[in-house]
Amino acid sequence: MAGFDKAEAKSVLIKPIFDNNPIALQILGICSALAVTTKLETAIVMGIALTLVVAFSNMLISLIRNHIPTSIRIIVQMAIIASLVIIVDQVLKAYAYGISKQLSVFVGLIITNCIVMGRAEAYAMKNGPFMSFLDGIGNGLGYAVLLIVVATIRELFGSGSLLGITILPRVADGGWYPANGMFLLAPSAFFIIGFLIWALRVWKPEQVEAAE
Amino acid sequence: MSSSNESFLKTIVVAVALSLVCSVLVSASAVLLKPDQEANKAADKERNVLIAAGLVDADEELSEDEIGILTSQIEARVVNLDSGEYADDIDPATFDQRKAAKDPARNVVLDPDADPGRIKTRAENATVYLVKENDRVKTVVLPIHGKGLFSTLYGFLALDPYTGKVVGLKYYEQGETPGLGGEVENTGWLAKWEGKQALGPDGQPRLELVKGGVSPDSPNYEYQIDALSGASMTSRGVEDMLTFWLGENGFGPYLDTFKQARG
Repeated sequence: MAGFDKAEAKSVLIKPIFDNNPIALQILGICSALAVTTKLETAIVMGIALTLVVAFSNMLISLIRNHIPTSIRIIVQMAIIASLVIIVDQVLKAYAYGISKQLSVFVGLIITNCIVMGRAEAYAMKNGPFMSFLDGIGNGLGYAVLLIVVATIRELFGSGSLLGITILPRVADGGWYPANGMFLLAPSAFFIIGFLIWALRVWKPEQVEAAE
Repeated sequence: MSSSNESFLKTIVVAVALSLVCSVLVSASAVLLKPDQEANKAADKERNVLIAAGLVDADEELSEDEIGILTSQIEARVVNLDSGEYADDIDPATFDQRKAAKDPARNVVLDPDADPGRIKTRAENATVYLVKENDRVKTVVLPIHGKGLFSTLYGFLALDPYTGKVVGLKYYEQGETPGLGGEVENTGWLAKWEGKQALGPDGQPRLELVKGGVSPDSPNYEYQIDALSGASMTSRGVEDMLTFWLGENGFGPYLDTFKQARG
């Protein structure tokens, strides 16, 4: 493949996970991150769904990038993204019905997830299909990793379980752990994401914006 | 990017070609996956009947076989809502109440004053599910639906038909605001319904959803349920649809047949 560079491929794939995380650094896709992280299972499925959508939309947009007239650029990207999201939604309804019910509108809302459009516009319009695909996987994983961390914290402390398996037996079920319902409410995800961004910036000080 | 890309013709060609490809892909996925989705929906409905009847816990994972065994303990019958009698000439396996409600030959148009659930038309018949114990009906599971804020909510209400006591309530399809009205699917809230009294001594529906929590000292304690917080319209929809379905235009005549049987 022309212009294939192993080092760059690696950086495209790995960088979005910690160095340029779409949620923690670019602060994109927050709304779905709040909504689907009450349980680890939904967070994982949402992470996979978004990764597939970003990867394939990046690849397809990159394939036809030299034929997209600038005047209808955004709408072309939207059409591709929307089609992919509908297909993902249909597949989930057919093969993972329970989870698709829990994710409800949020799978459909991947269409409006800024990460997808952001990567299409910022990367896929300028780079080859393979690298764009990797960039999509990388950014999808970055989103998924953050979602999984948040969901782990919320499900563990909110419901005392992980993936539905009881870790901390709740008082309500005869155990010793008084479940903290606050973790299941949306505001807790705001705080958790905030603390994660803080922690990430302590670890990687170069992510801190210059003071204005 | 070459300048030919920006020509009027190219723009139209790209737009049309892209729309065609996308629509073919989307419709193909919708058509090809439909059988699986329908099967899932049917299985989900059966499961919700079992949950409403209290035979299965809401978060219990069951294999298809286990659901099959439990479902075989439940008898589905079609009821004529006007007379309250069983309409045994209609096969419950093929009767589709939602289709019938839209079919002018098989539906009843509701007078807006007598339509608190705002469903406009209802089918002449409805499928009920009977849970029996020693050949005596122990619980009836009634399909209910009505408008909330954004969507029509579909659910099942399980009742002891002799006393009018609620055995369980379960919604299986709704499009209310997630986190607010969507909490009609919250198992903790639904659990509060168990043991409440759906019908007053006169056989009329009496359940009401009250804001700010139900006080145990309230004289109407057994008829009252906490409304969903932040979801007044959805709560009202729930109350209204229960009033309708348990009333004379809903399952009232059918429930009366149990009273007569009791003497």
